[in-house]
Amino acid sequence: MGATVVEKIFSSKCGRDTRAGDVVMAPVDGAMIHDITGPLAIQKFYEMNGTSVFDPEKVILLFDHQIPADSIPAAENHVYMRNFALEQGILNYDLKEGVCHQVVMEKGRAAPGEIVVGADSHTCMYGAGGAFATGIGSTDMGFVLKYGALYFRVPETIRADVHGKFQSRTGAKDLILSIAHDIGADGATYKAIEFTGETVKGLDMAGRMTCCNMAIEMGGKAGIVPPDNTTWEYFSARRKMTPFPLKSDEDAKYFCWNNYDVDDLSPQVAIPHNVDLGVDVEKVAGTRIDQVFIGSCTNGRFEDFAEAAEVLGKNSFSEKVRVIIIPASREEYLKVLRAGLIERFVEAGALVEAPCCGPCMGGAFGLLAPGEISLSTSNRNFKGRQGSTEAFVYLCSPATAAASAIYGEITDPREV
Amino acid sequence: MRVWKFGDNIDTDAIIPGRFLTIYDPKELASHAFEGTRDEFSKNAREGDVIVAGKNFGCGSSREHAPLALSGTGIRMVVAQSFARIFYRNAVNVGLYPLVCPDADRIEDGASITVNIRDGSVEYNGVRYRIDPVPRFMQEIVDAGGLVEYARNLKEVPVCTGSHR
Repeated sequence: MGATVVEKIFSSKCGRDTRAGDVVMAPVDGAMIHDITGPLAIQKFYEMNGTSVFDPEKVILLFDHQIPADSIPAAENHVYMRNFALEQGILNYDLKEGVCHQVVMEKGRAAPGEIVVGADSHTCMYGAGGAFATGIGSTDMGFVLKYGALYFRVPETIRADVHGKFQSRTGAKDLILSIAHDIGADGATYKAIEFTGETVKGLDMAGRMTCCNMAIEMGGKAGIVPPDNTTWEYFSARRKMTPFPLKSDEDAKYFCWNNYDVDDLSPQVAIPHNVDLGVDVEKVAGTRIDQVFIGSCTNGRFEDFAEAAEVLGKNSFSEKVRVIIIPASREEYLKVLRAGLIERFVEAGALVEAPCCGPCMGGAFGLLAPGEISLSTSNRNFKGRQGSTEAFVYLCSPATAAASAIYGEITDPREV
Repeated sequence: MRVWKFGDNIDTDAIIPGRFLTIYDPKELASHAFEGTRDEFSKNAREGDVIVAGKNFGCGSSREHAPLALSGTGIRMVVAQSFARIFYRNAVNVGLYPLVCPDADRIEDGASITVNIRDGSVEYNGVRYRIDPVPRFMQEIVDAGGLVEYARNLKEVPVCTGSHR
């Protein structure tokens, strides 16, 4: 019986044939901590009698959720982590580089075939680069910091085979919202989702990141796109690596095999308060919105802002809407800046913030009052996620967000 | 045990909202548990109570603040039809029992139930419902008193010596 790409990664790391359902103590190639979950992970590391981390070069440490510090406790957390980085000789990106997942990808710190963990649920995004990556809690991370390994149950894989050509102003976010609607909020619990097919092969790295990022919204342990030329090209500039073959065998055993066709896919909007409540934009067009957020680890890359700017054209954003634009990293910010898009967004009436999690985090800034409605390119629309539990969050693509921001109501980007 | 009943897809933002994530003390977190979605919980939940929920309990963010906020009330167990993966592991790691009971949806809010982890059963209205056994390697961690205690006593980590099915 052949093996899935995930089984192959674990087999390679464990030095023996490892299959879905096996429980293994596997070594990790990278461990990411940020300002929300990091302090507790460090505390647990010390409680486990940790003195030095397993390998300072494999620890990725930065701040992105509450930056610049928005409260004294947040500032204290930053100081605590800075001191830990100094003590352990860990490179600290501090608050300078951006949102953790984007930074891990662009610094080449989660590469094809590697096992990477992060104390954040959207760590599954690194699967876009062919790594097995999964989110863990702080105590598990304390264990990883000490031992450089963690118990894993090797997951079964759901294969998502995607075919067809996207309609204009429709793309990866619409695809993943429609897949989440199909699989459901817990349909992939404990499983990996492997994205394949000509449509996925045609996606750029930004689009692949959007898809893998949201595997967790179906309960997934990991999302993964087997590495191809697009992947290796991305890593060639970021990391010294010789490309190697890594893909599932033809006769690999999958938990299930789902086929998706994007030819007739409309732009998708996930309505409150669950991510799997995706509907065609036509069904909610005209819904009033108070705030639009374009950014986050899901959709805060240059390609996302280029898409939004293309839809915006020479229009202005509606007077009725607050538009918050946040590039996911310094690197992406510079690309957007140099392309002149920041100027265009500011001219059109947007607020542009420095790279961070922003309103997605629901604790720093950009919070919603009771009764307010947000349209967001981020990944979660749970009740209270962006502020009041009596507010409403809708999720969409950057194109739909931009189109809607022009009119002050949810708008089909194909009609702008 | 007095039941606090919740539905499906209870996410960790509901259990502890994002604005409280600079707090790490379980008791202080507990005072904000379910704030805005079920305010009476933090006021009235007490030691020995039990949370009973539907499918996918604890979905969303990996924040360990969520199981800490629940354990800070003195609650020791969550009985649900199913759990989100990260919450399940976090709960075990902080000493909160995540117990899978396929019939949990039958149990009503405010009811009194008896949970017997050893027998693997929940007794409600004179009927016994099955609890799935906790996986063996998880049980070892729970038996040690959580992952911190377990790790403290490890001389060497058996990397890649996990057992086959």
